[in-house]
Amino acid sequence: MSAPFYKLGAFGDEASLIVAFLVGIGFGFALERAGFGSAKKLVSQFYLNDLAVFKVMFTAIVTAMLGVTYLSWTGFLDLGLVYLVPTYWVAQVVGGLVLGVGFVVGGYCPGTSLVSTATGKLDGLLFVVGFAAGTLGFALAFPLVKGLYTAGDLGTRTLPEALGIPHGILVFTVVVVAVLGFAGATWVEKKMADRAAAATE
Amino acid sequence: MASVTHDAVHERTAEKVRAPQPYSNPYLAGIGLGLVLLAAFVLVGRGLGASGAFNSTIAWVVSLLAPAYARSNEFLGGYLEEGTHPLKAWLVFEVVGVLVGALLSGLLARRVAVGVEKGPRVGVGSRLVLAFLGGVLMAVGAAFGRGCTSGQALTGGALLNLGSWIFMMCVFGGAYAVAWFLRRQWR
Repeated sequence: MSAPFYKLGAFGDEASLIVAFLVGIGFGFALERAGFGSAKKLVSQFYLNDLAVFKVMFTAIVTAMLGVTYLSWTGFLDLGLVYLVPTYWVAQVVGGLVLGVGFVVGGYCPGTSLVSTATGKLDGLLFVVGFAAGTLGFALAFPLVKGLYTAGDLGTRTLPEALGIPHGILVFTVVVVAVLGFAGATWVEKKMADRAAAATE
Repeated sequence: MASVTHDAVHERTAEKVRAPQPYSNPYLAGIGLGLVLLAAFVLVGRGLGASGAFNSTIAWVVSLLAPAYARSNEFLGGYLEEGTHPLKAWLVFEVVGVLVGALLSGLLARRVAVGVEKGPRVGVGSRLVLAFLGGVLMAVGAAFGRGCTSGQALTGGALLNLGSWIFMMCVFGGAYAVAWFLRRQWR
């Protein structure tokens, strides 16, 4: 095992912050390239005429998933040392639904609002200010919402563990579903374009 | 005659140079994004994020205004460690990088311009109010979900984290459920 490098002591805390900055540059660059600094492009996902959000997200998930799976099979990466957010399924169902509504209301998610702000969009900036205000509000109200915040505690758990399916089979399944999803998404985009063309005639 | 043709060609190239470039192919951008995420896993053993940086920043601001309260607050207290500055956090540095990387990409593609993103049927004022409200909602969602589209959906998605997949499905579900009612803002 040689990775994760930081967790195995290859570099210290200060260096990890430099790595954070460099990784962030790559992250912001990739999001902007994809067009995710534009709220109209992002929300098109929910009106079905441009499914780039799904395509980019699932291509990224599949790429990174295949990468970590391969590197852990070869013994290079100790997957057990990669941080997993614990599952609180009730809190995460509520959080996911609220975040989804916020996506269509605001037009961004936290990461893409930063991309939008960096490229000059004022609505992106207002979203960032709103996100900061909401975070403060949540913190102030924390004693009231703590019950829901900790509801559905299942600890640190992966999908293969929860479903009782071997990791490799689930990886394969996700790849197949993603590829079918890409084909389906392109088909939907074409249908929507045809419909829009017919409507303007 | 020859000089006229020459000028016309010149003008066309000049126009091409000034216009914003089209966005990348989604699969290429996705592979790029996936490789950045993989690099984060291999280099530091954690994924990407955005909302966590806001938590650190708010914890820091509150700790300046009301230090005792900030430490006693269970949500903020987790972001305030003794002996280290709250902003000396991995996600804070990563998010600063996101701003720099996005600006760099935007400048290279001539996509940096001050403006407001909205549909044709909504005013600038309403759009800005909705952007703010969306941010507030999303902060609440990300807090309950313990992450946002980056830290949960993308990072946890690639790690096949149970909670991340539940969260991701609910994000899409919530968004599709209200898209029709909010169409005036975008269409």
